[in-house]
Amino acid sequence: MLKYIVKRLVLAAVTVYIVATLTFFLMYLVPGGPFLSEKAPSAATLAALEAKYGLDQPVTVQYKNYMLRLLQGDLGTSLKQRGKEVNDIIFTRLPVSAKIGSLAVVVALVCGVVLGSVAALNRGKTLDNIIVFFSTCGIAIPGFVVCTVLMFVLGEKLRLLPTFGLNTPGSYIMPVIALALYPMSYIARLMRSCMLDVLGQDYMRTARAKGLSQTKALFKHALRNAILPVVTYLGPMIAYALTGSFVVETILTIPGLGASFVTSITSRDYPLIMGTTIFLAFLLVTMNVVVDIVYKLIDPRINLQ
Amino acid sequence: MKPNNASREGKENGRAFPFSFHLKAEDFIPASTEEKQELETMRERVSFWRDGIRRFRRNKLGMVSLAVVHFMMFFAFILPGFYPYNYYEQLRGSESLAPFEYSEAEKDVIANGGKVFPHLLGTDTLGRDIMARVMMGSRISLVVGIVASAIILIIGSVYGAIAGYFGGWVDTIMMRIVDIIYTVPDILIIILLSVTLKHPLAKLAETASFGWINKVGVGLISIFIVFSLLYWVGMARIVRGQVLALKELDYVAAAKALGAKHSRIIRKHLLTNCIGTLIVTTTLQIPASIFTESFLSFLGLGVMAPMPSLGSLAATALDGMYSYPYRLFAPAITISIIILAFNLLGDGLRDAFDPKLID
Repeated sequence: MLKYIVKRLVLAAVTVYIVATLTFFLMYLVPGGPFLSEKAPSAATLAALEAKYGLDQPVTVQYKNYMLRLLQGDLGTSLKQRGKEVNDIIFTRLPVSAKIGSLAVVVALVCGVVLGSVAALNRGKTLDNIIVFFSTCGIAIPGFVVCTVLMFVLGEKLRLLPTFGLNTPGSYIMPVIALALYPMSYIARLMRSCMLDVLGQDYMRTARAKGLSQTKALFKHALRNAILPVVTYLGPMIAYALTGSFVVETILTIPGLGASFVTSITSRDYPLIMGTTIFLAFLLVTMNVVVDIVYKLIDPRINLQ
Repeated sequence: MKPNNASREGKENGRAFPFSFHLKAEDFIPASTEEKQELETMRERVSFWRDGIRRFRRNKLGMVSLAVVHFMMFFAFILPGFYPYNYYEQLRGSESLAPFEYSEAEKDVIANGGKVFPHLLGTDTLGRDIMARVMMGSRISLVVGIVASAIILIIGSVYGAIAGYFGGWVDTIMMRIVDIIYTVPDILIIILLSVTLKHPLAKLAETASFGWINKVGVGLISIFIVFSLLYWVGMARIVRGQVLALKELDYVAAAKALGAKHSRIIRKHLLTNCIGTLIVTTTLQIPASIFTESFLSFLGLGVMAPMPSLGSLAATALDGMYSYPYRLFAPAITISIIILAFNLLGDGLRDAFDPKLID
């Protein structure tokens, strides 16, 4: 168990390191520095600015300095939002994204599992067909389409919900639906096929034969077995909920991490790009490790070696 | 009971003693050639392809999605050739027309007895025909989906086959690399790469021998590169799994004994035998690529203007969404239909060609 966890953690650290290195050198390749887009500063000002942020040093030195600071948890200062620490920016914006993301994950998980199981139990009937139809559509419709359609119908035509910001509880509804639709549909499909598989197993017949009620057999035997692949999907799903919010946050103008990542790229705010990428990569990789370990704990049949 | 019944029926049919030793001479006449041929016609040989196609034909949803995919291809590649407007031409005086509305100049032409093709979806704020732009956007989406999937197919299958075939430390190292790329948060890296690749590519396009880059478009090329750098890992994993099982089979041992080279075994025996998986995975990769491209273009990081993409069309329509909702819904519905059709087609192909592979 310990060996497995250590192995996974090492792999995770390597991944974060590679992402950091890749991002660093990729950004170095881009011409047009962060100070060029404003009204052109004089050569002396430019040199002073570059010296201040260490951009005048050779790239290898910059890389070494950055990595050393990264090890201490320091992500540097933003170039565009003068004087603001990247750490501060991330930690003021993260809770916003995390709230929407975690709500979306819960909604997707609960609705997906219920819909998938209901579809499997009603195999071939109208209810099953309806659920399969809508979950297939849910996978095919991109997030920005869902988001804009919701905005148009709920926000503008019916005027039920606000179309921007996160000031009232009602304003959470649209971003959560937009984010949850894809993973919910995916889980529903996954759950349905796994449930069908499990329902055909011998142990289900045995459970009924030994006198277990249908509900008990379903919850004790079928659900526990069928839900395992869904748990595996949790890792990528969390990743999706966090990174999928780029679009949702941009459209609905929510001050989250995703929106800030996109603007930091277009404005070439190097430290902010680096910081956000590394932080998100770290978060996602950690989530994946946690999900994997949880998965192995849930299913005792899986060998930890 | 049954034999009794049968014999009784035999009597009723006029044959007196079904089990007698009474031999009839006519039963021993040599068979005519016709009869011989009748016996020879066994069930027609069913190849892998024919078997799969037969199964696919019975799948109604699969057939419908195949028809839709064909229609979208027609819509994106052939129809623009016959459509009187193109995606970049800015028609002066006919800015922001509603569907089927004519500009003053066009009304004059009609009043003088001329014919003007209506703007099916109106025009945008720059006077470009939206229908033409939606067609071109679908073309971009389809090209991205198909080309990116083809690249992924090539890299992933070769990589996976090599890892699975050689096994041992080669496999360990190769799959560790795959594991790392797999855990990299893809959307983040895709956004980063597609931004950073544009400038080096544009520079490269200036040199003489790489002039073709401008023809295809820097944005498109960088999308291809990004997708092929990141998305082949899924394919590699699937192919490796298949090859691990296939390489233990007797025909591989036979090929080895006959002195076939490794490359030949991989090409002729291993990859050809997981062709079903390859087709299905590639088909399902197409909508995934289209999905990501539209997402990138929506954020303004995909193909560059004036080239439209369904994602960027939706993004530009967002500003005037309440006044001109059709400008948003046309590309949005088109992209959803394309992705849905390819997803259903992939599902259908999987049921037909690769019944073992279940997601």
